[in-house]
Amino acid sequence: MVSSTDPPVAMAVARASSTAVAAGARPPQAPPLRRPRGLRRKLELTLLLGPALALFVGFVLAPIGIAIYYSLYNWSGFGPLSDFVGVHNYKLALSDPVFRSAIAHNLTLAALSVIIQLPISIGLAMLLNRRTRGRSLLRLIVFAPYVLSEATTAVIWSLMLQPGGFVDQFLKAAGLGGLVHLWLADPNIVLYTLFIVITWKYVGFGIILLLAGLQGIPAELHEAAALDGASWWQTTRRIVLPLLGPTIRIWAFLAIIGSLQLFDVVWIMTGGGPANASVTMATYLINRGFQSYEFGYASAIAVILFIICFVFSLAYQRFALRRDTRGALTRAVG
Amino acid sequence: MSAVLRSAAAPRKPATPTGARRYSLATPFTFLAVLAIVAITVVPLLFVIEGGFRSTAQINSSPVGLPHPWVWSNYTTVLFSSAFWQFLGNSTLIAVVATGLAVGLGSMAAFALSRYEFKGREALFTVFIVGLLFPIGVASLPLYLPLQRIGLLDNQFGVAIPEAAFSLSITIVILRPFMRAVPGEIEDAAVVDGATRLRFFVRILLPLSRPALVTVAILAFVMSWNNYLLAYIVFTTPSHFTLPLGVATFQTQYSQDTARIFAFTALSMVPALGFFVLAERRIVAGLTGSLKG
Repeated sequence: MVSSTDPPVAMAVARASSTAVAAGARPPQAPPLRRPRGLRRKLELTLLLGPALALFVGFVLAPIGIAIYYSLYNWSGFGPLSDFVGVHNYKLALSDPVFRSAIAHNLTLAALSVIIQLPISIGLAMLLNRRTRGRSLLRLIVFAPYVLSEATTAVIWSLMLQPGGFVDQFLKAAGLGGLVHLWLADPNIVLYTLFIVITWKYVGFGIILLLAGLQGIPAELHEAAALDGASWWQTTRRIVLPLLGPTIRIWAFLAIIGSLQLFDVVWIMTGGGPANASVTMATYLINRGFQSYEFGYASAIAVILFIICFVFSLAYQRFALRRDTRGALTRAVG
Repeated sequence: MSAVLRSAAAPRKPATPTGARRYSLATPFTFLAVLAIVAITVVPLLFVIEGGFRSTAQINSSPVGLPHPWVWSNYTTVLFSSAFWQFLGNSTLIAVVATGLAVGLGSMAAFALSRYEFKGREALFTVFIVGLLFPIGVASLPLYLPLQRIGLLDNQFGVAIPEAAFSLSITIVILRPFMRAVPGEIEDAAVVDGATRLRFFVRILLPLSRPALVTVAILAFVMSWNNYLLAYIVFTTPSHFTLPLGVATFQTQYSQDTARIFAFTALSMVPALGFFVLAERRIVAGLTGSLKG
């Protein structure tokens, strides 16, 4: 799964990689004919870079610094910052069973999305890759949920899953009445219900990515395999899946990062409940910051969440994506 | 010899070489699978749209069923209420400002980072790349107090400006290689004709970068349009709400009036789905293109 905010984010990570690849492929620099010197050049550079840099530092980098600073205080968000507690907030967070279960929920969702969404996406992408009539309409339909915001998705599914609502009635009509549950109120089920909603929203995105990957596989390879008498399964196993590797690895990256940051769907559908059964790191963070007014503590959570995402991104870039994007972000950052 | 070749090639023709054409919708399995996908995708959307045509009493007495009679008042109430149009207007304003800022400032920075040589250029680019790893969700809490201090809380710009800042990284990362790839000869020609570098940027490089600019604009716009968390934190006055925030709030606020929730939710899907149908190729190309490079 991929949260609404990060396709650009993580995609850009991927893109940054291809940037480096592209840069490596051609001479590193298009040499300018005339180099304006001195003051004029400096003015130009300031004019061009200044605004973007100010915006970026002020609203992207500074908040992280601010969060680190606040996280060292016991602070409600009002009044002076005076109660310095050092790393106490971090210790408190890491020993809090609710936060620990939030981490576990995020990891569960990440694992589920790779184990369940990936095969579904690959299967459907291969199905849609066949040249059938109405294929482009099918693609449009499959991709549609992805363009809805997570908030809208959450409301749609809250309506679908009301007790006695559409899903329950459908199951009863299909003779599966025994499966009816309190989808959002049963602590044993709620996390999986949310996972299904997220899958509904994001499978289309995976399909579109994988379709692009499938279309990058040269037809000659299929031809050659067919000539050699390869079965459908052999072709899939030995040609299609290996060549889809880079796409699958990027998809998995997006899905895991999205799972780690999941907020909107959970917040709107359950608020993390019942009894914290669906709490995620992000809902815990917002809950503690804006509903309990523990700003210092919530800042520590923000820093921990950020570190988890950051470390995961770097590790994934370094170990899983290295083959695809050699020398990109890994070299630039790590 | 040629006969041999021909006969070797002949049997291949009906067996279609691509391997992609061998099956058709007629295959029962394929047909069923496609039907299931379409149903699972479309039914929730239709359910919400159809629910908007029923009255709350109808929905309460039987949660699933066709409208009987069809009720138009839910939709007309929402369409004649100021709330829906306010949310729509706010979302549009914020998305336009965020996209404009991100693409405008981002393309300027990408120009400097791609076609100027100066000390620390690569380091600066790396700083922007690192920004990709900061999710806006995590930053929402620490953004709250600075926004409060500069008076941007409960203000559309308090959402639009941070969104623009968070879109800068992707914008620069996509635009830089694109601008770099424009041949130096074109710049030379412009310089020979007496153009300054800034003029070259505005009159030649930006028009040449149009496909990449469209991609980054779509990414920034969609990110802003769908953002919920930052709006949730920044806005307190309902007339400032964006569409995602409005839909989520509406659901809890009018929990007694289920039919209106259905209608409101259905209408809120219209802009996104409409934009998607119109710009599907661009969006898909943008999303997959930004991945494939």
